[in-house]
Amino acid sequence: METGSPQNTGTTGDERAADEPGWTGLPPGLLRMRRLLLVVWLGLLTVGLGLLLGLLVGPGWAAFALLPAALIVWGWVMLGRNWRSWRYAERADDLLISRGVLWREETVVPYGRMQLVEVTSGPVERHFGLASVQLHTAAAATDATIPGLDPAEAERLRDRLTELGEARSAGL
Amino acid sequence: MTTPGVDDAVREKRPVTDRRLHPVTPLRRAWAPVAVLIGWAVHDPDQAQRQLTRLTTTTILVALAVLVPAAALYGFLTWWFTHFAVTDSELRIRTGLVFRRTAHIRLERIQAIDITQPLLARVAGVSKLKLDVIGTDKKDELAFLGADEARALRAELLARAAGFAPETAHEVGEAPSQELLRVPPGVLAVSLVLTGATWGTLAAAVVVPTILWLVTESAWSVLATAVPLIGAAGASSVGRFVAEYDWTVGESPDGLRLDHGLLDRAHETVPPGRVQTVRIVEPLLWRRRGWVRVELDVAGSSNSVLLPVAPREIAASVVARVLPGATVPARAALSRPPRRAGRCVPLWWRGYGLAVTDAVFAARTGLLRRSLALVPHAKVQSVRLAQGPWERLWGVADVHLDTGANKTVTARLRDAQEAAELLRAQAERSRTGRRDARPDRWMA
Repeated sequence: METGSPQNTGTTGDERAADEPGWTGLPPGLLRMRRLLLVVWLGLLTVGLGLLLGLLVGPGWAAFALLPAALIVWGWVMLGRNWRSWRYAERADDLLISRGVLWREETVVPYGRMQLVEVTSGPVERHFGLASVQLHTAAAATDATIPGLDPAEAERLRDRLTELGEARSAGL
Repeated sequence: MTTPGVDDAVREKRPVTDRRLHPVTPLRRAWAPVAVLIGWAVHDPDQAQRQLTRLTTTTILVALAVLVPAAALYGFLTWWFTHFAVTDSELRIRTGLVFRRTAHIRLERIQAIDITQPLLARVAGVSKLKLDVIGTDKKDELAFLGADEARALRAELLARAAGFAPETAHEVGEAPSQELLRVPPGVLAVSLVLTGATWGTLAAAVVVPTILWLVTESAWSVLATAVPLIGAAGASSVGRFVAEYDWTVGESPDGLRLDHGLLDRAHETVPPGRVQTVRIVEPLLWRRRGWVRVELDVAGSSNSVLLPVAPREIAASVVARVLPGATVPARAALSRPPRRAGRCVPLWWRGYGLAVTDAVFAARTGLLRRSLALVPHAKVQSVRLAQGPWERLWGVADVHLDTGANKTVTARLRDAQEAAELLRAQAERSRTGRRDARPDRWMA
């Protein structure tokens, strides 16, 4: 379970982005937070289920507690793959966001079309020092969110996007 | 076209003159208490009858003596406290008796102006005026204005939005309109007869209550299902005929004009460069006659029909005027997805097609009821490429284009390599397409 460098996105099995300007991956903080949450919640579930079944029904039944434990392992891998699939690129005139392992999605938003840039950060995210940037255009279907950024990077991105958006501003 | 009274008022007290709505406005909600009573009586007939017999003449008179003046006062006060004014760049609407509400609508942002005249309003000689801007809702319509005043106001608003100098804006008058097309009532009637939805709802209205009667033999359940079903059948056939009767498409320097309606008349104006998507729909039964229906999307507007029915060539020429520089790609010009797309969507994959011209992105869907969506490159807000696991197995992907009217046009099941190139190229085209687009103030 190596946490590969952001540029190395071998798992997506897709190398056509070779001619693209630098893709930026997400910082490892998001992966750490998600994995921690996974382990904490499913770990609690494993222990609780194991104790409950072991005490009430019989020690043999406690083996069912291995189910959430297996889920931890599977989720650990999945979160890693999902985290590695997220990447974004600031090009001269538009922002590219690529994500997803099984259901892949790649979004291009021209800077001139941005109506609003939002930086959000929940209590858990704040504790881990993370913030997400969301772009809104006039189309609600535009789903351009970059989660789990370093707050400083999120603010830099917000300011840069706003600046570029103003320079290239276009109505509907 | 401007009424002298309005004109003088505007000239005397520039820059901002508050105006009031037409004095019949308080009557527009006069029927509301009556409707509530009728609704209650229909909903619960036994209870209503029992209550009615208990009432004496005096109670009714006292109730009337209180209710009528109260309703009249409320109506009068709402009218009295509603003002609107046209400034150089905004339409301001101040309203509200208890909760004040002020809406400032920026004129260069207008997407469309609608003047509607419900049947009773036609009798009274008044009409509603609504300015479509993204985010406006029902509350922001001016109901009611005198019919002439509404036309004059529309002309003034359009002139200001177009970028005429503020001093001359109210003297410009209504731009001359040139009729492009008028749909004959006979053709409209035949087209509705040939529409599957008409027969579907009619069949449902006949079959479902019959079955219910055979099964339950309860008159109430039959009535409860029959009434809405017959209502739906009526709305999809007679209702559409009445609404789309005498459909006229005109072109003027202020943009597209759509006038229609048998009982309720509606006059819509869509300024140049506001159309986000045009869809050419071809139901199965219309194909032999070569008819199509043309729908359009304008941001923040509920208008969606451009032509209820027209021959294909005429529709194409109207579309060419609505989207300057665009031509409707011929059937042969649309490229189908690769054969293996059939593994993802059997049979129906043949209905998908895609063509990209200098001005528009055209995507077709549907096998029996074909629908071709045209998006001008300048109107694309974002481009997305999506690929599920099954699609990746067969090397195909979908490309979605999001437009400002909150609609998404999708080119489905393109070859993965082609889709990736399409994504890049479309983003580039959308960016550069904007440069050639006309400014918001189209006369400036």
